[in-house]
Amino acid sequence: MSQKALVEFKDLHTEFYTEAGVVKAVSGVSFQIRPGETVCVVGESGSGKSVTALSLMRLLANNAKIVKGEIIFDGRDVLKLKPHEMRRLRGNEIGMIFQEPMTSLNPVLTVGEQIMEPIIEHRMFSKREARKYAIELIEMVGIPRAHEIVDAYPHELSGGMRQRIMIAIALSCEPKLIIADEPTTALDVTIQAQILDLLRKLKSEKNVALMLITHDLGVVAEMADYVVVMYGGRVVEEGKVMEVFKNPRHPYTEGLLKAKPIIGERKERLYTIPGQVPSPLNLPLYCHFADRCPYVMPVCKEQYPDTFIDADGHKVACWLHAEGARA
Amino acid sequence: MNETLLEVSHLKTYFPIRAGLFRRVVGHVKAVDDISFVLPKGRTLSVVGESGSGKTTVGRTILRLTDITDGEVKFKGVNIHKLKKHELRKLRPKMQMVFQDPYSSLNPRMKVGTAIGEALLEHGLATKQDVREKVEGALVKSGLEAVHYDRYPHEFSGGQRQRVGIARALVLNPEFMILDEPVSALDVSIQAQILNLLVDLREQMGLTYLFISHDLSVVEYISDDVAVMYLGTIVEHAGRDELFDHPLHPYTQALLSAAPIPDPTLKRERIILKGDIPSPANPPRGCRFHTRCPYAEARCREEVPQLRDMGGGHLVACHFAG
Repeated sequence: MSQKALVEFKDLHTEFYTEAGVVKAVSGVSFQIRPGETVCVVGESGSGKSVTALSLMRLLANNAKIVKGEIIFDGRDVLKLKPHEMRRLRGNEIGMIFQEPMTSLNPVLTVGEQIMEPIIEHRMFSKREARKYAIELIEMVGIPRAHEIVDAYPHELSGGMRQRIMIAIALSCEPKLIIADEPTTALDVTIQAQILDLLRKLKSEKNVALMLITHDLGVVAEMADYVVVMYGGRVVEEGKVMEVFKNPRHPYTEGLLKAKPIIGERKERLYTIPGQVPSPLNLPLYCHFADRCPYVMPVCKEQYPDTFIDADGHKVACWLHAEGARA
Repeated sequence: MNETLLEVSHLKTYFPIRAGLFRRVVGHVKAVDDISFVLPKGRTLSVVGESGSGKTTVGRTILRLTDITDGEVKFKGVNIHKLKKHELRKLRPKMQMVFQDPYSSLNPRMKVGTAIGEALLEHGLATKQDVREKVEGALVKSGLEAVHYDRYPHEFSGGQRQRVGIARALVLNPEFMILDEPVSALDVSIQAQILNLLVDLREQMGLTYLFISHDLSVVEYISDDVAVMYLGTIVEHAGRDELFDHPLHPYTQALLSAAPIPDPTLKRERIILKGDIPSPANPPRGCRFHTRCPYAEARCREEVPQLRDMGGGHLVACHFAG
């Protein structure tokens, strides 16, 4: 716990300027990722989980702006880095994997060329060394016939193989952190199991930290050391994975866990969270979950809750836990 | 046993692969390759499978949205694919479909009420005078409000749009609904709302469902019976409890084992299948699953396993089951 954080989000605010108005996609997000740790950021659509990751990478769309806050990566304030320093950070120290590998791979380059590019660029390998290393990486991510695959084009590979190639590229410069944004959402269940297994294996071998963004609580339970639950652009709860699943403290987390059908449970009826996910266009100034919350109190509709922390370091932004210490 | 509503026998749906200057047929994608099942009135059968399993094509062929290659689909004893156009039209309201993404099937410039009412008028099931009332009734039944009649599709959230999709099917007073991944695009907190709604409607209206999904946890919640498909064939078919408690086919076992369960204390021995799903254009010989099966032997590479009844109607297509 005392280990120094690799990544620290401090009161991050990211906004999008659209025709319909200002979208406060992320408003006041703070959490840490320690070296070698897997942190799952879980939330539904519009929760701000992807925007949080894109803010760290500074890969936001043109109409987006980080209006407040700091993101510290390995002692440096990412938001103050110059473009060339940022480029060095991306790919070199932070690897990325996205949901749909086909859209992030270049269709006119072979997978080998795409794996080699960052190695030559960032690690000054010769072309020959880079190719040899690319083949090793392809083998490492569990693709057979690496000598042939290195010369294949993305369209010749299946979805699962393409995601393995993305993982190979992400790992090529031996980063300290991998950001994986819904890496298995587009894949079939049996392929998802392979990819999650691979990520787990590589993570323990390389001791790289993983920021895994997902909507799937099953994936969280399997992968996470630490869980950050987001709702309406804010962190509503965070804690160690066992804590959050066994003793969810925020009514939203509790509701999510109850609403998901679980194999083997065969419920007569599913628990439902009433209402809709709030629109990020006009979020209330009070608790974003108050309008759907079964335990709502008058204070919940007056003021956004402070974050309270218990003895185990389990944090929650909910007035129900106001007896705890303020974080 | 209830009366049979739907009977599918030896259904085959092949899509031609064309190549060359003259677009000659050089092969076929055997999307559905000889499947049979019976669906009694009032029950819910789920068809589970991964991409390329043919589960969606099964649904589309049953409704004759896709031409059949061979076999029969009988709805209340009537062979759907033998009907003349006007006879089929008369039957259409009784068999409805709900899709994964209702947004892509709604006209963005048409009020949802008008869109829902269109089919009613088209089939002569409402007059201009009472169409609005009937549509509003269906909206309310689907958990929306009468005022939503005058809204446009973009004004709805994902969950509400799926309710519109359900209302559009319901308004025709169907007996049978095919639900093709109806909750896959929805957030978890919205998924539960829609699943409960589907269960309620089934009870209130005595509906029969064919539920197509890749998500075993959702299938376990909603089904009476489950058929597992792999590369165009049914590999296992049983009652819900039987299938989930005693899966016999190695593929079903692997699917169950691969599904992530939201419980971090659970330590499972997972079966992780090797390799990718083969192309349905060129499925493996013998048992189609043998290339990924952890138990495959020489026989599996040669001989196609037939569905066998292992007792109590638990059907499985594996040489070594039991």
